[in-house]
Parts: sequence; C-alpha cells; structure tokens
Amino acid sequence: MSRRRVVVTGLGAVSPVGNSVPEAWDNLLAGKSGIGPITRFDASAFSARIAGEVKGFDITGYLSAKEARRMDIFIHYGMAAGIQAIRDSGIEVTNANAHRIGINIGSGIGGLPMIEGTHHEFLAGGPRKISPFFIPSTIINMISGNLSIMYGMKGPNIAVVTACTTGLHAIGLSSRMIEYGDADVMVCGGAESTVTPLAVGGFASAKALSTRNDDPATASRPWDTGRDGFVLGEGAGVLVLEEYEHAVKRGARIYAELSGFGMSGDAYHMTAPDTDGPRRSMVNALKNAGINTDEVHYLNAHGTSTPLGDKNETEAIKLAFGIDDARKLVVNSTKSMTGHLLGGAGGLESVFTVLAVHHQVSPPTINIFEQDPECDLDYCANEARQMKIDVALKNNFGFGGTNGTLAFRRV
Amino acid sequence: MENIEQRVKKIVAEQLGVNESEIKNESSFVDDLGADSLDTVELVMALEEEFECEIPDDEAEKITSVQQAIDYVSAHLKK
Repeated sequence: MSRRRVVVTGLGAVSPVGNSVPEAWDNLLAGKSGIGPITRFDASAFSARIAGEVKGFDITGYLSAKEARRMDIFIHYGMAAGIQAIRDSGIEVTNANAHRIGINIGSGIGGLPMIEGTHHEFLAGGPRKISPFFIPSTIINMISGNLSIMYGMKGPNIAVVTACTTGLHAIGLSSRMIEYGDADVMVCGGAESTVTPLAVGGFASAKALSTRNDDPATASRPWDTGRDGFVLGEGAGVLVLEEYEHAVKRGARIYAELSGFGMSGDAYHMTAPDTDGPRRSMVNALKNAGINTDEVHYLNAHGTSTPLGDKNETEAIKLAFGIDDARKLVVNSTKSMTGHLLGGAGGLESVFTVLAVHHQVSPPTINIFEQDPECDLDYCANEARQMKIDVALKNNFGFGGTNGTLAFRRV
Repeated sequence: MENIEQRVKKIVAEQLGVNESEIKNESSFVDDLGADSLDTVELVMALEEEFECEIPDDEAEKITSVQQAIDYVSAHLKK
C-alpha cells in the first residue's frame, strides 16, 4: 500500500503579533515586533521585565464566560486558534466522519497562572479555597479535550509535552496518525501562556532571558552579536492536517503538503544545546520526505536569540545540508518578532512556515544590526523577501534535548 | 444593600452562566439550571465567599435549590 499523503487545510493563530492568521502574517511581513514591557504582573523585581504578550484578546468571542472561567489562559489561546483553524478548513463534523477526526494540541508547561493563583488562595484560606475546576483548568490535554467536546470530534484525543518542541511534535505525530490510518483529519499544534512570576523568574534564574528591558522591540535579535537571551512569548498556533484524497474530495483549499517529519534526542544536557541532535532531526525529516538538501529553499529556525543556541543551530544546519546548500538557504527566525512561545512555538511557527510556502515569501528576521560572524548564513535580515520556496523546513529544539523538524512542500 | 435572596440569585447567575430572570426560588441547580457536580461545589464556595461563612460539606450537600441556599444563608449569616 502506498503511503497516505498529508496536507494542511486550515490555520489558526493567537500571538503577540496578532490574534488571527491574517493579522499576524501582515505584521510579520512588515517586521513589527510584538515585544513590550510585562503587564500581567509587577515585574519590577525581576531581571527580565519584557515579554511578547498577547494583546486585546477576548475569549468570549469563542466561548461563554462560564466556560472560559474554567480554563486557564493557555487553553483559551489553544481553543481560539483551534476554532479558527477548523473554521478556516471548512471541515464539517458529521455522524459519519466524527470518529475519523482527532485533536492533538499540546503545551509545554500548562496552567501555570492558575497553579500560582490557586496556591496563593490555598495559603491564604486553606484547602477549602481550592476550586473543583483547578485540575481540569490547568492540565495540558484540556485543549484537546474541550475542543473535542465543542465539535464532537471523536478521533484520537491526545496532547504532546516536549518543552519547546511540543507544538512541532504534535503536528508531526498527528501527520503520522493520518499516514498510519488512525484518522483522516487531525487538528494539531501547541499553546502556551506563562507570563507569570514563577516562569519569568525560573527562566531568568537560568540566565536564559534577554534583559534588554529598556528596548523591548529589539530584545529578540537572533544571530545578532548583541543577542543576550530569549524573550518569553505566549499564544497558540494550530493546523488542520488532512489526508490528501480526503481534502481533494471535499474541495478543500490546500496550503501545503506536510511531506516529512524527523525527530531526535541529544542525550547530552538538560538545557544546553547540542549540534548533533538537531542535525539528525533535520536529516531524518529530509529522509522521511524523500527530499534532497538542494530542494529546500526556506528554513524557519528555532532561532531563539540565545548566544549558544543560535550559533549551535547554524552549525547543525551546515552539517545537515553541507556548506554549499546551507549557504543557498534562507534561514529565518520569526521569534525575532513574536518572542519564544515555548510549547506554542512549533504551532505558531508552523503556521508561518506553511504561509511562507503558500505565499512564496520569507518573513524577515528583525533586529540584525550587526550579524555575528560565527553565524554566517542568509537570515533574511530585516526585510521580507519574495522568493521561490518549493520545500520549507521548520525546526524546534527543547529542554531535555528533544528535537523535531517538519518539511512542508508546495502543492 | 441588596437582600439575601437577590445576592444569592446574582451568585447563582454568575456561577452557572444563566440569566437572573430564569432563576426562580424553587429552581434546582442540577435539574433546572444545568449545573453538574463540580458546578455545585464551586457555587457553595462562591456563597461562602459572598456571605463570609463556612458551609460544612454535609450541609453543602443538602443545598440543591435556590431556596435552600437562601434558607441556609439566612439562618447562618453573621450580622
């Protein structure tokens, strides 16, 4: 039996640069930063006081106030992006197909705002102050759970948790489920919302965050000599994946084909990056897609703006592609504008990668004022670029040494 | 200040996501207002908060309608 092909037929996004796909995409192409001072809590005692917060988002446009109260913010973002993607795909859930439509939307950390808030209530008022909705409002698989209840989608219902590779792994594994025959349609991606004292404090304590507090818009500057850490972002990105014939039969719009998925483990260090793991992840994705390195034109990088990570990814790309093909690639970090959405990153950045293929354009990597000589690839600095993109890769790497790469092909 | 009945109905409306006009004194939280078991636990917590009282679990289990909530609060409210 030949392999079942998987295509992208729906997109949804809630992000620091816009709460819908068209708005976020326009802002990306225009090079607008979504980073600003932290407003969710008083961050004055913290070394990092900036973040890519979602702005002007109203969950009651998607859910009743009662439902929304029982879900932490990461679930709001995941639900909203999921609903957008489902609407965008035009898929209709019926008695005949409900069991063939699954959901796999993960999160790296989950309901930290409500965990922190509930702990505060507990300390102040004792165990009787813990809400009966505390657990279901904070656990990670509740985007998938709530969305399935809302739409009656009865296929595989799971959630991936692999730190900053969460959203990407969710999409890659969902595509495998369609290939294997577990489902015909998968709603998949990642969501995160942890602009909280413990998350900012924890990442800051690990010296992972940029402290460029006086100039938030230029703080996330992948591959620039002045980069000093990542900027925490929040939001969600969701794709509707669909078996190719299924999509064609119902006349769906096909944005791109998801033609390859690779994974790897570093087996190296809890938080420090390794070169061989990411290299193998990219090689595995290319192998799975049956694609040569010279067919890839665009790569949406993990590109977090950390001193070690950006250099490391550059090295890994060169090793995976060979120097010549690596130099022909356009490598781009949309985190320069959105900040780092952690478990949401792979979801949102996959939406952007699909749009890059669909519209044949690379968004810019903003804030490259002085390119690091040790990072010597074409990063599409500061200006969007119309270009031919037959195949695009999408990388994400996570704490624990967990890597993933997707290959999207123009249809 | 609103009387107890009005305050109870306001909380029930907020917690259960229903219009105050739909809430009658004899309304059952589960049968008439669509509450599930978790909703009723949270509703009792909201009543405790509003009226600054503690409703023991065995008492809370007996509060299944709007009137029962009004009666309990009226009998136990600190002046």
